[in-house]
Amino acid sequence: MSTTEILFFFLSALALFSASMVLISKNPVHSVLWLVVTFFAISGHYILLNAQFLAIVNIIVYAGAIMVLFLFVIMLMNLNQQNEPQKNFWMKLTGVISGGCFMMVLVSLVRQTLDMQSKVAMTTSGDIGLIKNLGKVLFSDYVVPFEITSVLFLSAMIGAIVIGKKD
Amino acid sequence: MPIQYYIYLCLALFSIGIIGALTRRNVIIVFMCIELMFNAVNLLLVAFSKMHLAAATIADKASTVGTDGQLFVFFIMVVAAAEVSVGLAIIVMLFRNTHSVDINFLNRLKN
Repeated sequence: MSTTEILFFFLSALALFSASMVLISKNPVHSVLWLVVTFFAISGHYILLNAQFLAIVNIIVYAGAIMVLFLFVIMLMNLNQQNEPQKNFWMKLTGVISGGCFMMVLVSLVRQTLDMQSKVAMTTSGDIGLIKNLGKVLFSDYVVPFEITSVLFLSAMIGAIVIGKKD
Repeated sequence: MPIQYYIYLCLALFSIGIIGALTRRNVIIVFMCIELMFNAVNLLLVAFSKMHLAAATIADKASTVGTDGQLFVFFIMVVAAAEVSVGLAIIVMLFRNTHSVDINFLNRLKN
């Protein structure tokens, strides 16, 4: 096995394990920390695919900003595992079965698609994911969506303040 | 790396997100599972963009096919950040009114 394959399988196992631990953990703070591990594994996948800009943005925005926001809210509410509501056993089983069915249908679909059989994702080479190329395209072809994004953020900010304000 | 490996990995991550959203009642955990699904989709988009690049570089060495896919991921992250800020504000408001994070209380939003 080459180094790329070893890294791929290691990062995949890490991502799947920590994603499962997000669900299994009883304490919400532990769930947040496992989700951060998942995001770091996914960032590792981005680096493996040579999408370095997205890897850094993923760490800064998701693992940095969003998860800190989650931690703030959880600690603000002072949640602990005693008062956490639980669904009953049959509801949980139904959820797991329906999720598993969803996955099985899509896996069998992908297995039968001849179009995907011999395609290869380019790893460790190809420089479209570097910030030089992405920045050039972002500020030429995608400049209007980029500006609309700022309006979206402004409205999200105002919305969060209006909703969170004590009345 | 064959594209099918990436598809299976992202399907597994997405299904874990779905199972979490269906089985947990803590509204914050449900929200985190939605983030997990976002990330599975993002990873798949990047893998597909590199797949198309691999097909295009055979004909043209300096091809930039697949840039759109990676910028799409960037915009998904932007929208996710805005969504999280508003969603957590709603959760805080819910907690202030009901003193609970049980998702079954959310059906009282209608009145």
